Parts: sequence; structure tokens; C-alpha cells
Amino acid sequence: MILRRPFFWIILAIAALFIYLPLHGNNVSLREDLILVAIAIILASNLNLMIGYTGYVNFGHIVFYGLGGYVGLYLATVRGLNLVAAALIAGVVVSLCAFLFGLAILRLRGAYFALATIGILQAVQSFVSNFDPWGRSTGMYLSFESYQSLGGAMHALWVTYYLIIGVMALSMILSLAVKNSKFGLGLFAIREDEDAAVVLGVNATVYKSIVYSVSAFLPAVAGTFMFYKNGMIDPSIAFEYMLSLEGIVMLMLGGQGAVMGAALGAGLYEKLRSYLLTSPKLSDFHLVIAGGLLLLVVLFAPGGLMGWFYRLLPRAREVVE
Amino acid sequence: MSGVLASMIDGVLVGAVYGLAAMGLSLIWGVMDVINLTHGAMIALGMFAMYLLYTLHAGTAYLLLLPVMGVGLLLGIMVYWMSVHRVVGRPMLMSLLSTFAVNMMVIGIGTAIWSTSPYNVNYSVQGLTLGAYTFTGNHIAAALAALLIALALQWFLYRTRTGKAIRAVADNREAAELMGISSTAILTIAFAIGIALAMTSGALVSTLFPFTILSGATYQLKSFVVTILAGLGKPFGALIAGVLLGLLEGVVTPFIAVSWIPLIEFGLFVVALVAFPQGIFGKRAAA
Repeated sequence: MILRRPFFWIILAIAALFIYLPLHGNNVSLREDLILVAIAIILASNLNLMIGYTGYVNFGHIVFYGLGGYVGLYLATVRGLNLVAAALIAGVVVSLCAFLFGLAILRLRGAYFALATIGILQAVQSFVSNFDPWGRSTGMYLSFESYQSLGGAMHALWVTYYLIIGVMALSMILSLAVKNSKFGLGLFAIREDEDAAVVLGVNATVYKSIVYSVSAFLPAVAGTFMFYKNGMIDPSIAFEYMLSLEGIVMLMLGGQGAVMGAALGAGLYEKLRSYLLTSPKLSDFHLVIAGGLLLLVVLFAPGGLMGWFYRLLPRAREVVE
Repeated sequence: MSGVLASMIDGVLVGAVYGLAAMGLSLIWGVMDVINLTHGAMIALGMFAMYLLYTLHAGTAYLLLLPVMGVGLLLGIMVYWMSVHRVVGRPMLMSLLSTFAVNMMVIGIGTAIWSTSPYNVNYSVQGLTLGAYTFTGNHIAAALAALLIALALQWFLYRTRTGKAIRAVADNREAAELMGISSTAILTIAFAIGIALAMTSGALVSTLFPFTILSGATYQLKSFVVTILAGLGKPFGALIAGVLLGLLEGVVTPFIAVSWIPLIEFGLFVVALVAFPQGIFGKRAAA
């Protein structure tokens, strides 16, 4: 049972810490920092289901976050739905979309799949930029009144923060639960050798479609909350290719395949990025440094930080995974 | 009606350059089973190399293709040893990520130097006027240059010893090693040629349209579409597929907004990937 895994409680402790720290002294700037870390963890954890567990690179993972933001914001503003309901519906709609995309592109193996995911991202972005109800390339703005239902703008920001932290905890719990299930074992088998897995009775097509649409759900929900909090959305911020790619860097840095790896990599990378972006000398070079980091990890430590840690302390794997 | 025809002819001319860009991607992919994600960045570097050389030495821009090619070969050798050599033969995920990392570094440095504002190479060739329409000389010259380079590549791959060795390594690396071919040297050469082709096509594009350091991404994605359509390692297949893509763009642009083009191209890309995993000109898969 998942409740018996020590790491389950560690996840809850991390989430509690995320909530406690900014609340203590009403520290708004810390909250804004942590919200970026939380979004990074959500994206990296769900991407881990694809890259780390199944061995399928998704270059366009951000598409789920952006689409979720669009569907959720549309439901919350134009249709006047309650925020949480809008987010959940957005999650379901985007998962269904992912399932449909998956039917088309999951027949492709390995690198071909990876290329097709870039295509999906470009195609969806180009569609949304031309879609009238969503304001084409200018995007959508949230009316200020919609914060009233959450008790005013200031209060609404805190509410969305808690919701995003909740999604972050759920993302990590999802990674843990999948890892310790028969379904997860099937995914690992696909990663190691898809043909052998099929021969041994893993229904690879179904497994891949499910994991692809599951990895879409929580990012879509988080997208709704995040863009609701920002009050606006447009195609270039919703489908930011760079963010999609940085998710991969985070995952590789922390250690693909490890639950803690995704979270650790996301946290560290987000800190590093905000440091580099604010430093006057280095802000132009943050991509160079991120790229160099990724190159070093891929060439010399493919297991990332957690891989290195587990080699040092093999018994830690029992506790953390 | 003749407007559509003119737009189609222009599409064909630009398509030849798409084909040239795709040859570089397809050569590397075919020979070492590495999808080179530095491709777009290298195309962009080719554009800026042309821009710098042309500002230094304004003359016939097409002669400057030769130094650009030389820089491409050197850069290719560097990138190969930096990021590709250790991951050849490992899972594709690794080479995707390592070349992607180099891509990020190049784009980062490029953005720091040139920012993301547009540049252009101010060079024009006398156009050709047919009835009411004028075809830009630059487009015709670029298409001719692409055709010439494709011919040269075809000759190199099929008529020279090194070219034959490249094809042998692509077919079966172990067997080639047993025949006394040093596969490391061959992989380095093939990678260098692939990068040189990417940079040359970028240099040609820079004489056609304004560009930024990020422009490479558009052409990288077009190169993927062309490579998938053409199959791997076939210079003329890539040229024909590139022309087809250009033709398609030429046919649709008079009728729909330009912002829809990525959607159409990537629809085509996914359909082509699913329907022809070996390329239209490739051999059919056994399974």
C-alpha cells in the first residue's frame, strides 16, 4: 500500500513546508518564488512518467499545461464556472485530447515519437493562435470580478497557491503510486525492451496511451490555476517551447526515473534559473549554462543527481522510492 | 490563376533550399542513427556567417558559400567530439538530449551576441520577368546552388572512396570495420558534412528572407518533414521532397493566412510519419 511507503509522508511534509514557509510572516515574494518551483515540479514529475518510466521523450509536454490553461480559463471566465470545477474539466478534456494525439503518434517508436511531439506542440499552438473564441494570438484576459468569488484578488492569489501546491503533491504521489504498481512495471518493461515486453504480455499500445493521457491531466489542472492566477493567457506564454525543454533539463539533472529526481531537479534548476536571470552579468547566458549542465549530465551521469546518490547509498532507494 | 502558378514556381525554388537543409539532417541520421537537434541552430549560424562575411566583403554572395561550408566542416568536427561521439550507439534518448544541449548553448550564445532582432543580407540578383510576374533572382540562384550541392553530394557518396565508406558504415558499422574502415573517422566526416550542409542552406536562406537567431527552428522542423517524406540518406530524395514541401506552401499561401502553415506542415509530418515510417522513397519495412 502506498500509505506504508515512507516517501508518501515525505511528500506530504514537503507540501506542508511549501504552505507553511510563505504563510509565516505573509511573505508574498517567497510565495511567488515557490509557485514557480511548484509548477516546475508538476511539469517535471509528469514528464518523468513518459521519459523516465516509459522511455519516450516528449518534447512538447508543455502543450498540456497551455491547453489546460486555455480550457480552464475559458470555462471560468466565459462560462462562469467555479475555478476548481473548471480546472478538473480542463484536466479531463486535455487528457482526452492527449489520448487522441496518442492514438495517432504512439504507433511511432523512440525518436520518431519524440519528433512527432514537437509537431503536436507546433500544430496546437498554430491552431490556438487562429482560434477565434480564444482570442487568437492576443489571448484571453480574466475579468477582475471573477476573483470576487474567491474573496477578492489578494485572497484569490493565496487560494490558487494552495491549489497549485496540492497539485504538486498529487503529481509526486502519482509518480510514486505508478512506480509501485503493476502498471508501472509494465511501463519499465516497455522502456527496457518494447518488443520483449509485448511478447511477455504487456499490452504496450494501451499502456502507452494511458500513461500519455495520465501525464497530461495534472499539468492541465495546474495550467488552469496558474493562468487564472496570472489573469491572462496568450499562445506564446501558454506554449512556451523553452519551458517544455527546460522540463527535460530538470528531469535529467535530478535523475530520470526517480520520483525524487524530478522534484529535486525541478527545484534546483528553478533556483539556478532565477539566480541567473536576475544576475546582470549572467542573464544572457542562462541558456548556455543550462545547456552545458544538460550536456554534462547526459554524457557523464545519465542517472542524474539521484542516480549518483543511490550509487553512494544503495539503501536510500528503499526509503525514497 | 496565373498568380497561383507564380506562387507555385516560387515555392519550388524555395523548396530546393529546404531540401538542401534536410540533406544534412538526413545524412547524419542515416549514418549514425543520431537525430541532430543542433540542426536548427546550425542553420541559424549559417545565416549569421553569411551576414558577417557579406558585411566584411561585399561581393558575390554565392562565392561566400565556400568559406561558410569550411566553417561548417570545422564546427561539425567540434560538435561531434563534444557531444555525439560518446553517445553514438547508446539509446536515442541520449543523443537527442546531448545534441539538444548543444543547441541550447549555441542559441544562448547567439542571443547574447545578436539578440533576437531580425537581420538581413542586402544582396540581390537581377530577377526574371515573365509576363506580369517577376521571379526574384535570389530565389532562382539559391535553387540552382542547392541543386549543384545535391549533385556534388550524390557524386561524393557514390563515386569516391570516402563516400562509399560512409554508405558502408551506414549500412552496417561492424561489417565496415571488418573491411578496414575506421568508423570513428567516417562518423566524424559524415557529421561534419551534415553540419556544413545545414550551415550552407542557412547561408542561402539568408539571401532570401530576413532572419533572427531563432529562425533555425522553423527550418529544422521543415527539415524533419522533408527527411521523413524522403527517407534517410538520399540526397535527391531530400531535394525532391523539399521541392514538394515548397510546392505545397506555394499552393496554399494565396488562399489561407500564413499562420496556419505550421498546422498544415505538422499535420503532414505526423501523417507521413505514421503512413511512411521508411520514407516515400525509402524501402518498405519488413515488419
